[in-house]
Amino acid sequence: MALKNQRGSFFRTHILVFLLPAALIYTLFMIVPLIDTVRYSFYGETAEGITSFVGWDNYILILTDERWWTDFSNALENNFIFFVIHMFVQNPIGLLLAALLSLPRLKMANSYRTLIFMPTMLSVVIIGFIWKLILSPLWGVGDTLVGFVGMTDGLPALLGEESTALITLSFISVWQFVGIPMMLTYAALLNVPDDLVDAAIVDGANQWTAFWRIKLPLILPTIAMVSVLTFVANFNAFDLIYAVKGALAGPNFETDIMGTMFYRTFFGYQLQPGSATLGATVASLMFLVILCGVMLYLFVVQRRLQRYQL
Amino acid sequence: MKKNNLTLGTSVAAIALAAASLTPTVSAFADELVIESWRTDDLDIWESQIIPAFNKSHPDIKVRFAPSPPTEYNANMNAKLTAGTAGDLITCKPFDASLDLYNNGHLTKVDDLPGMENFSGVAKSAWQTDDGSTTFCLPMASVIHGFIYNKEAFKELGLEIPKTIPEFMAALEKIKEDGTYIPMSMGTADQWEAATMGFQNVGPNFWAGEKGRKGLIDGTEKLTDPQYVKVYKHLAEWGPYLGKGYKGQSYPDSQNLFSLGRAAIYPAGSWDISTFNGQADFEFGAFPPPVPAGQDTCYISDHTDIGLGINAASKNVKAAETFLSWMASAEAGSIFSNALPGFYALSKHELTISDPVAQEFVSWRGKCESSIRNSYQILSRGTPNLENDLWNTSVGVINGSMTAEEAAKKAQDGLASWYKPQQ
Repeated sequence: MALKNQRGSFFRTHILVFLLPAALIYTLFMIVPLIDTVRYSFYGETAEGITSFVGWDNYILILTDERWWTDFSNALENNFIFFVIHMFVQNPIGLLLAALLSLPRLKMANSYRTLIFMPTMLSVVIIGFIWKLILSPLWGVGDTLVGFVGMTDGLPALLGEESTALITLSFISVWQFVGIPMMLTYAALLNVPDDLVDAAIVDGANQWTAFWRIKLPLILPTIAMVSVLTFVANFNAFDLIYAVKGALAGPNFETDIMGTMFYRTFFGYQLQPGSATLGATVASLMFLVILCGVMLYLFVVQRRLQRYQL
Repeated sequence: MKKNNLTLGTSVAAIALAAASLTPTVSAFADELVIESWRTDDLDIWESQIIPAFNKSHPDIKVRFAPSPPTEYNANMNAKLTAGTAGDLITCKPFDASLDLYNNGHLTKVDDLPGMENFSGVAKSAWQTDDGSTTFCLPMASVIHGFIYNKEAFKELGLEIPKTIPEFMAALEKIKEDGTYIPMSMGTADQWEAATMGFQNVGPNFWAGEKGRKGLIDGTEKLTDPQYVKVYKHLAEWGPYLGKGYKGQSYPDSQNLFSLGRAAIYPAGSWDISTFNGQADFEFGAFPPPVPAGQDTCYISDHTDIGLGINAASKNVKAAETFLSWMASAEAGSIFSNALPGFYALSKHELTISDPVAQEFVSWRGKCESSIRNSYQILSRGTPNLENDLWNTSVGVINGSMTAEEAAKKAQDGLASWYKPQQ
């Protein structure tokens, strides 16, 4: 470095100084724990609390042992359903709302925006509690509401039936978080210059075609980003399921996702003792799943996206 | 730079000092006994009833009850005991948490303590080493399972208290036919209700209490044996008699349904009594879990819940032993059980409790054989955990998504996968 000229050396130090705080904090609180978690997944614990290196044993146990694999594949499958519902319900609705909000002559757009974004800011525990009350087959308002549309038997126990619990929880989560894709796509839509839309309208397009042909292609990179954020957030999800169904994610593990499975394994539950090393293995597998998904996105989708200079 | 370091150092020291002086010094007086507990609710009862009663006969020993929040109790206790700042008497959680404390040398043996002869083997089992040779906490309280029923509803429908399972099912059917009341208030949403109020409540009658529980531990009985499958079969019969939407009904929902007078029968733990005393405006009673037809002996789940042990590092071991012996007496047991209806002293003394329902529960100790929940000792140490599996399978059979045989097989396979005597 001393061999370089004065100017270049000064320039480099200056970059380093600016990068240092972020790099330091990120390394300390994200990268080190991540690497340590992965390292820990290669260790085993005996009943006396002694840890020793066991190689791939934990992974082999989870992926080949009949019961562990049943649990794990069930959690993975449920998580996938959870994600698909978000991807194909939450994000399109978010996009639709954003498109409506950015219509030029919409009145009270700001109020709508705030109201729709409101649930996102509420605590998951509150959301879980409110929806549990609404859907309660005993005292919930749901019975009366479905009565209006002619369902006299009342609402089935949506959160209690094996066939509906996961889907119901996914929709609660969609309801809560629809504000995020809406905000992100809304911001992107605002960036689309009015001239372009105006020019299209002058050329004979209506709002509908202007949206599909002009706005949508321009905000596609944002939608891709929203999708990948949805993916990461869903495969890390835990709180709503825990708040509504507890760590045993009933009925019969129908609402168990990776996050709740990790919690049970790592911290234990009721009389079940936790295992830090097996928990680390589940966490590493979660990381791997997310990594694969993000890589797929980066190499298959991101590269083909066309960006336009506006 | 140097100067800066110095100031930093001093201020750190000052903060540390301040923090140290703020920390409550637990054993301030050498002659004061401090009781550690997670039962923050009981502070008043200890201060106004139990400790004054003790001081009547032992005016020279000062006692202070110092509870800490229940959720942090285990971690808190471990830290305090390791650091040597814990009180003289330690309230013991049942089974493994306290066993760990004993194995780490934090609790003393209490086998030779005068008063220990007042406790049965079942009562002591929660605070013993696996081989049963050493006891390290004095059994203090248990909770009993049974059924609480709405007396007015029973009178209205002309129902008798069911003694056998066929009578029980007939009563449920009659309540259902009448339609005024929900036959039984229980939900499967929280899962533990199905296992604790269902499986562990009626089960001991099928598996002969302690005989079955010990049989599972030493491997002579399996969960796929007929007596366990029958428990699941019986639970499966409950489904149609639970309220509409019971699959989404949580524990507080079940309590409310009963205390609002909408349900006739409530599968209970004795701790529910005080809730119902406060909320229900009708008269309610209790009956023990009905026995299978033709069976004479009845068994109840008299589950050990709270114990009291001596901190091995205490400076007042003698005084602590005196207190513990007094806690084993009939007098202490009676004060404790009356102050907390639904929690029962575990000594063999005859208990008289003024609350009629609480008295009804404890009277079964004389008529039936006592046992504890079968998944709590040793059998829940591994993964998959038997207790969790019982929750899952009990819900499964009640909801009708599993047959009794499937449920039994699932629980057994899980246990056998890690527990040697079952392999």
